[in-house]
Amino acid sequence: MAVEERDHHSGYLTTGHDWNGITELNRPVPKVIWLFLLVTFLSALILWILLPAWPLGTTFTRGLLGIDERAAIAENLADAAAARADWADRVAALSFEEIDADPALSRAAVETGRTLFGDNCAMCHGSAGLGGPGFPSLADRAWLWGGDRDAILETLRVGINSGHPDSRSSQMLAFGRDGILDRRSLLDVAAFVQSLSDPAVAQGAEADAVTAGAAVFAENCASCHGDAGKGGLEFGAPDLTDGFWIYGGDRQSIVTTLQQGRMGVMPAWEGRLSETDRGILAYYVHHLGSGAK
Amino acid sequence: MALVICALVAITGLAMAVAGHQDPLAAQGYVVLLFALAVGLVVINGYFAPAPDEERLRHYYDDPIKVGIILSMIWAVFGMFIGDWVAWLLAYPELTFDAAWASFGRLRPVHTTGVIFGFGGNALIATSYHVMQRTCRARMPGQLSAWFVLLGYNLFCLVAVSGYFIGITQSKEYAEPEWYADIWLVIVWVTYLVLYMRTLARRQEPHIYVANWYFLAFILVVAMLHIVNNLAVPVSLGSAKSYSAFSGVQDAMTQWWYGHNAVAFFLTAGFLGMMYYYLPKRAGRPIFSYRLSIISFWGITFFYMWAGSHHLHYTALPYWVQTLGMGFSIMLLVPSWASAGNALLTLNGAWHKVRDDATLRFMMVAAVFYGLSTFEGSFLAIRPVNALSHYTDWTIGHVHAGALGWVALITFGSIYALVPILWKRERMYSPVLVEVHFWLALAGSLIYVFAMWNSGIIQGLMWRTYNDSGTLAYSFVDSVVAMHPYYIARAFGGLLFLLGAIVGCYNIWKTIRQPSDEAVVLAGDHPADAVAEPAE
Repeated sequence: MAVEERDHHSGYLTTGHDWNGITELNRPVPKVIWLFLLVTFLSALILWILLPAWPLGTTFTRGLLGIDERAAIAENLADAAAARADWADRVAALSFEEIDADPALSRAAVETGRTLFGDNCAMCHGSAGLGGPGFPSLADRAWLWGGDRDAILETLRVGINSGHPDSRSSQMLAFGRDGILDRRSLLDVAAFVQSLSDPAVAQGAEADAVTAGAAVFAENCASCHGDAGKGGLEFGAPDLTDGFWIYGGDRQSIVTTLQQGRMGVMPAWEGRLSETDRGILAYYVHHLGSGAK
Repeated sequence: MALVICALVAITGLAMAVAGHQDPLAAQGYVVLLFALAVGLVVINGYFAPAPDEERLRHYYDDPIKVGIILSMIWAVFGMFIGDWVAWLLAYPELTFDAAWASFGRLRPVHTTGVIFGFGGNALIATSYHVMQRTCRARMPGQLSAWFVLLGYNLFCLVAVSGYFIGITQSKEYAEPEWYADIWLVIVWVTYLVLYMRTLARRQEPHIYVANWYFLAFILVVAMLHIVNNLAVPVSLGSAKSYSAFSGVQDAMTQWWYGHNAVAFFLTAGFLGMMYYYLPKRAGRPIFSYRLSIISFWGITFFYMWAGSHHLHYTALPYWVQTLGMGFSIMLLVPSWASAGNALLTLNGAWHKVRDDATLRFMMVAAVFYGLSTFEGSFLAIRPVNALSHYTDWTIGHVHAGALGWVALITFGSIYALVPILWKRERMYSPVLVEVHFWLALAGSLIYVFAMWNSGIIQGLMWRTYNDSGTLAYSFVDSVVAMHPYYIARAFGGLLFLLGAIVGCYNIWKTIRQPSDEAVVLAGDHPADAVAEPAE
């Protein structure tokens, strides 16, 4: 069976086996293969001698270089923190005006604030902080809980309706669903609320509804939103006169809000972001809003 | 006997449906039941056929191979369609249509299972049946176990894929099917191993051909990996959910020992078996070096086993396990290249055929991609390189260089070589369409891989770039936005690849529909023991 044949193309003999027409040349392994095998084996060997590699029961070979990754990472983190400590700590400590007065410090805070915002806040408030349906824009003049440094820092620390023990809490009642207002009053007050930012609504066909709505508002809404509908920072109640809307300012959206109520949530960042990072973010958020001033 | 098995499977399906009536398991039970009933009907139908004469024993048993090839192509189109959908989904998230079953987390395993196990697995089973009979010059013993393995395996794939859509998964990459599907696969796989060994035992050749070493390694090691990684305790016999026997870093290491060797023995060893038969056969050339075959076989089978930990660089896995895996990954390079080299150098003296014959060119380019992706694999296993590449699209590009460029191309080449032989045609219906498929597949692979290299390296760099203030310059979302154009390019490359597979299906269909040409029966294409003892 085993009959070696000479392959005319290569000049080598076959091994003499024939598998369904397939034969094999009895050619030695090319030298270059041995060379590369040697090189890769030696590389692995050197690697294993220098670095931790082989298990020895309950321990392992430590390697001649004595590298300990756990110590190395701790050192790297400490270095990184030290490298930015000089400016980052100042951002966390200084007032917005003082930071504004130092262009280099302000630029560093905004640069870093942008990535912090992108990784932590953008999923709700948008990459540019413009908000979206249900999530307030941070780039306008309207603040629910106040736009000064202490107010922003506190909102970041405790969140809104977040479950944090000091959480800011705010709820708009479901006036329609819970039967606090009847259908007529609800539609009237919706017309009135829209007229606060859009005086044209008060003219013409709906003038009566707006007048009736004003009475409903004074009785049911003014306690949080204020007699003039200017909102109240102590309750996180939005200003209804400024033309900025969280859940939409068209009639249907206003009616929906009145019908089912609202209770937006912002997580608390204490325990998730360091005080320094929250300081940087506060400045960044303030910076976003200052464009609109 | 076949009917008894169908009945048993149907009863199991019914039992699953009853036991899990308040659980997703019930739906899986119905899938099993319907599958068993359908196969049972086909078997009953065949009961009234005239008894086969002894003449059949003088030929190889090729019927399950034909069915396997067709199933493989169906899975290919299905799996690649889902894959391309997922690719577009990553560029345009609204393509999930707000449906739970169409979310990324469910479609992705459908894609991977569809192409790896559906397309690749069926192709491996079919070609291994063909190669083992031919190179042993022996008809496989019996017919039942060959059908049991093929159809049982497809039932496994079907149960797995239908389960993902309704949210069943054990969340282990490439090992997502739950405990009942895993147990079924063990039964099927052990039967496969026994069938392969029994055919080898009947061989009429003194030596066992290289391709058979690889197929055997593939079957044996996959059995071992599958059993160990899927050790789990079901919540109850009426529940689809189970809990793994491993937890924490042991679970991660077991999973990647499995995952890496699934690539090694499912997606490499088996397909090397394919290459070692169809490439020299088609080229009409002897293997470049028998001794090189030995070195690369033992190199690959030994070193792959140790390299899995390089998937867990810079994780909670102890540092020493990472360096150990990294060393073995480097040592793995040369045996891998020796295989690719052995294949390419076998073509010496037949390069004019490579130029003219797209089928052989499929296999040649596959060997080149194999060489490239094994180099890339060893390179990415080096920790500092991995620090850049890990978790980025570079990994996706690497996997697809192997999956599209190597696995799919060698499979298409082998299928184009095999189909005319099986159906006794002179050649494929249209060599031009084979050519079209080749260029679509090559262009698709290259676009895909280049897009992912770019996006992966950009991602990796964006994640590690610091600004002057000493903090990271980009947020994660910035890197997602930067990926958008590459994701579109990747989806386009995938589309080309899918179109190629559809062209291939059409060509195979037309080849089968051509009138048979009995004159093409290859001389000597029958077992050596043509008058051997009847199979049981």
